[in-house]
Amino acid sequence: MRLMNWVREGQIWGSVFRHGVPRDRRTRAMAILSNVFLHLHPVAIRKSGIRLSFTWCMGGLTFFLFLVEVVTGVLLMFYYRPTVEYAYFDIEGFRAHVTLGLQRELHRWGAHAMIITIWLHMLRVFLTGSYKPPREFNWSVGVILLVLTLLLSFTGYLLPWDQLAMWAITVGSNMARATPFVGYEGPGAAFIQIGGVPLVHAGSDARFGLLAGTFVGPATLLRFYVLHCVFLPVVVTVLLAVHFWRVRKDGGISGPL
Amino acid sequence: MDALLAADSAMDSVKHFVNVLCEPHWFLIISVVALIVFLLGYRWFTKPVVAGAIAALGTLAFIVSCQDPNFVKIVQKADNVPIVIMIVVVSYVLWLAFRQAAINDKRLEEGKPLLEAGADDKVLVWPDLVYIELIALVICTAALIVWAIMLPAPLEQPADPNVAPNPAKAPWYFLGLQEMLVYFDPWLAGVVFPGLIIVGLIAIPYIDKNPRGNGYYTFKERPFAISTFLFGFVILWVVLIVFGTFLRGPNWNFFGPFEFWDHNRPAALLNREPRDMFWIEFLQRPIPGNYILRELPGILLLGGYFLGGPIILLVFFRRMYRQMGFLRYSVMSFLLLTMLLMPIKMVLRWTLNLHYIVGITEWFLNV
Repeated sequence: MRLMNWVREGQIWGSVFRHGVPRDRRTRAMAILSNVFLHLHPVAIRKSGIRLSFTWCMGGLTFFLFLVEVVTGVLLMFYYRPTVEYAYFDIEGFRAHVTLGLQRELHRWGAHAMIITIWLHMLRVFLTGSYKPPREFNWSVGVILLVLTLLLSFTGYLLPWDQLAMWAITVGSNMARATPFVGYEGPGAAFIQIGGVPLVHAGSDARFGLLAGTFVGPATLLRFYVLHCVFLPVVVTVLLAVHFWRVRKDGGISGPL
Repeated sequence: MDALLAADSAMDSVKHFVNVLCEPHWFLIISVVALIVFLLGYRWFTKPVVAGAIAALGTLAFIVSCQDPNFVKIVQKADNVPIVIMIVVVSYVLWLAFRQAAINDKRLEEGKPLLEAGADDKVLVWPDLVYIELIALVICTAALIVWAIMLPAPLEQPADPNVAPNPAKAPWYFLGLQEMLVYFDPWLAGVVFPGLIIVGLIAIPYIDKNPRGNGYYTFKERPFAISTFLFGFVILWVVLIVFGTFLRGPNWNFFGPFEFWDHNRPAALLNREPRDMFWIEFLQRPIPGNYILRELPGILLLGGYFLGGPIILLVFFRRMYRQMGFLRYSVMSFLLLTMLLMPIKMVLRWTLNLHYIVGITEWFLNV
């Protein structure tokens, strides 16, 4: 106890936490205001808003699971090479050769859990009418985040490069070739032509753009890897910032007006 | 010994009965009826005693079902475990939400303050919220680690473009869309419908002009909005995922939960076109060569559905129309009718083997 007090009164602790021990109203407010992460929160909040039965904590858990995915995902990237020669065997050898090699399990089950929690978060927001003015725009941002979460999961599905992965992506991406106008089996694609030469064919349509080829192959693996590890997480991070910012700006956690 | 045999055969007939109930048309109809009954009687169903009894019965049914090898095989597949968890969690949170809605609705009737009342009643985030977050985070981490230790992440054979698995399934959260592919062409099921789902979800706050029920649980103050959303969430999302995961087997055939996945059962599909029904069977004339004329009955049917539907719905939605205005009402009724088109066509396929309502194959334009 005396050691703890000595640490807390020293210069190092004081330089990191610029307020006293959060024991009274002022220092507790400072604990939130002077911390860049806790600063996401307001200082005080509606009592009804923090009841677990009101929020189900699903939004928070979704964000937490996103962080779990980032951390375990980075750990997986150390051991994984996104090429057809290595991908499957890197994954296969992972559990056997890596000490405490639970990252893949955490990553996979965390991804499943995140999809469940994000849907439940949406259900909660709907059932409490929290999308109503002034929060309309933030609901829209949330819908985009939901779509991006599904896409993150979808692109990650391919990376183990096993039968399940390859055929799930084949089934999932086959639909793209039927996109109206830009898929070669879609309605209207035949009209897009110059002087009788069709512009939309198997080698130039929407599915080709998605898969980087006419079937799920090496180029698809690399493309999905880059989307999964770089592009989509960056977009999600930016939109998360917008989402959290707007929660605050639109009046904080919802409650009866 | 005789008693054991009798119990065994009684069990078999129960299993057979459940398998029949899980045939797609019964399963869908029972789910929709169950949702409607729940919404009508939500105050009774959410009483702790009633809900507890239902939960106990469900658990018992699950435990008994786990004696069956076919059931265990499909439920214990590692990638299906999250879906079992999801069904349990969705049932629980629906109870939680409607329990609070029932209490709030009663309080509104009696003029008492809501569960969420007290806008000025504030607490400090440090420590009240921060500690809740910390505890939630610790529990979530522990649960995830236990899950990860207990259940290894599956890894099948290396990818082989020459060997297609049967059935080849999309990731579970897209199984609803894959199910739609059976009834609609890919451009609708894979592109237009997902697009409309996203646009429709984004549109919700701009369509819903009902100012009540903002920030608290209620059902009585916004029955239409909640019923519609739950129809989409429970029927078109959860039920279709259950279809795709547990009931769809080899050759994309339907199998009951206690049924063996027989790879040799052929996909018996003999789809019929409405043009055949109309021109040949009804008028007993040859099918016209002009595709517009040929598909006229289907086009009229579909046009009547989307143009006449909103007008007929006005009988019920007059007050809503006044609140929403023409544009919002048009968008809302279009989205609503599109959503209802999915189960309608599914039932038509299962009962009449209907292929397309409008089938202009020349343009890949089939609905």
